[in-house]
Amino acid sequence: MSFLSVRNLTLRLKNGPRLLRRVSLDVAPGEVRGLVGESGAGKSMIGKAILGILPGAVEIAEGEIWLDGTDLLSLPPTERRRRIGATAALIPQDPLTALNPSHRIGPQITDRLVHILGWSRTDATARALDLLAEVHIPDPERVMRNYPHELSGGMRQRILIASAFAAEPKLIVADEPTTALDVTVQKQILRLIAGMQARHQTALLFVTHDLGVVSKVCQRLTVLYSGMVVEDASVTDFFAAPRHAYSAALLAATPKYTDPAAGLLPVPETVTASVRAEVEAFDRAMDSAINERGLADG
Amino acid sequence: MLDGRSMIRRRAGLRLWLSAGWLGLLLCLALAAPWIAPKDPLAQDLFLGRMPPFWQAGAEPGYLLGTDSLGRDVLSRIIHGARLALLVAVVAGAATCVIGACLGLMAGFLRGWADLVISRMIDIWMAFPPVLFSILLIAVLGPGLWSIIIAIVVIDWTRFARVIRAEAMSQGAMDYVASAHVAGRGRLGTMLREILPNVLPTIVVLLTLEMGIAVIVEAILSFVNLSISSDDPTWGGMIAEGRSSIHQAWWVLVFPLITLFLTVLSFSQLGEGLKDRFDPVLR
Repeated sequence: MSFLSVRNLTLRLKNGPRLLRRVSLDVAPGEVRGLVGESGAGKSMIGKAILGILPGAVEIAEGEIWLDGTDLLSLPPTERRRRIGATAALIPQDPLTALNPSHRIGPQITDRLVHILGWSRTDATARALDLLAEVHIPDPERVMRNYPHELSGGMRQRILIASAFAAEPKLIVADEPTTALDVTVQKQILRLIAGMQARHQTALLFVTHDLGVVSKVCQRLTVLYSGMVVEDASVTDFFAAPRHAYSAALLAATPKYTDPAAGLLPVPETVTASVRAEVEAFDRAMDSAINERGLADG
Repeated sequence: MLDGRSMIRRRAGLRLWLSAGWLGLLLCLALAAPWIAPKDPLAQDLFLGRMPPFWQAGAEPGYLLGTDSLGRDVLSRIIHGARLALLVAVVAGAATCVIGACLGLMAGFLRGWADLVISRMIDIWMAFPPVLFSILLIAVLGPGLWSIIIAIVVIDWTRFARVIRAEAMSQGAMDYVASAHVAGRGRLGTMLREILPNVLPTIVVLLTLEMGIAVIVEAILSFVNLSISSDDPTWGGMIAEGRSSIHQAWWVLVFPLITLFLTVLSFSQLGEGLKDRFDPVLR
């Protein structure tokens, strides 16, 4: 039984093109699933749809999002938000804009526990201090009183990780959590997220465009292209033998330190063209289905 | 020791203290006007008309800044005029700020139909020429203190709404707003707790600017004789009276003008100074 199950999720811009095309994916309790794709493939949109923070211009055309046995999309909005707040959390992409510049660090971690989950202020503060120590922040008591701009990007991302784990969520969506950091810090943050995930046994949906990261952190992965799932496999199977031509090309395009002479390989035109043809065929089939339904209704 | 950052902070501090000092002095004068003003601002003495300020030959002792053509003491009239100017600045500024900032926040953060309605209203409002609009409003409402305040609020709320809307929109796109949503905070809670503190520095700057503008608008309305009754001393009224005798008695025009200038300048500098000092990001 998977903890998070996205079924046939189709997103589109209002009266515009589709962003996701019948995407299905599952995350088991305590499992780490990587979600890979190039820019614009729609990987962040899946995370946003799950957490109920889609931009106003995007609508859910079809699909179900089952979280812990309930279809979120069938719930009224307030109940949905309460449910998401109690079971899920987000590690955002950009640590520089993810902390409110006007508030001190302490309240930003504890307010959620106090006001939304009803903890006492002392408990929440103790919890925050524990977590900050757990993400290796020196002198947590001082940091709790700092403003975000007084801390470095790596420190802020650690704080966001601590904050995401604060309420013991059962699912965390990490939306490219290392993209905004430099490479040396990336490695520490990855190790930290993996460690925290293992200790707290949280299901983790790890959105990234970096296959190297996936191989280190994830157990299963989903490859997206242009809003369509092209491959869903365990990480060991995938890196041994990717099934889809696009995933194989993507894997081949990852630069190898052991063989610098190989240079950088782009994903071949023929491969992207064939996936794009699949996408177009899908859109045509969907549109004609909608038209037929419209005719039947009329 | 003197690195660039501390220099900037020192200068910002000086600006803040100078402007706050002038406004504080003006406030004290306004509050204590009946006891401080050397003469009765309304007392006329036609034998003492157009007396020059104290350092010029022929000055009358006791009339520090001279007298106007009816023999009224210019200094006392400036001090009494500060009462109306500051009252209008504070009340009209605050009311404009509250109304404009609320509408701007709603439009910028809630978007949807609220934004549609408020933005169209701003567009329509901005098509009116403000001075003519205020004169028209006063003509309809009748002259008086409250008419001036209402006119300023009705005309100037768009200044706040436009800027705060844009700020709220850019803040609303930040990741911390998304995080607040995920954590289960409602729309109103997010607006007040996450967005408002971040647009507050802008609101403070706009508020002080608006106070300065309110002083100017009151002066303009007094100048065209649409403010409160012409007996009561107002800076704008004094400037209007001084204009007719500029060649014989420049002081009747110049002293209220300098006061007005310093006051409006102080308001705008106060806002900038406060922002430099209390904005957590700039600090």
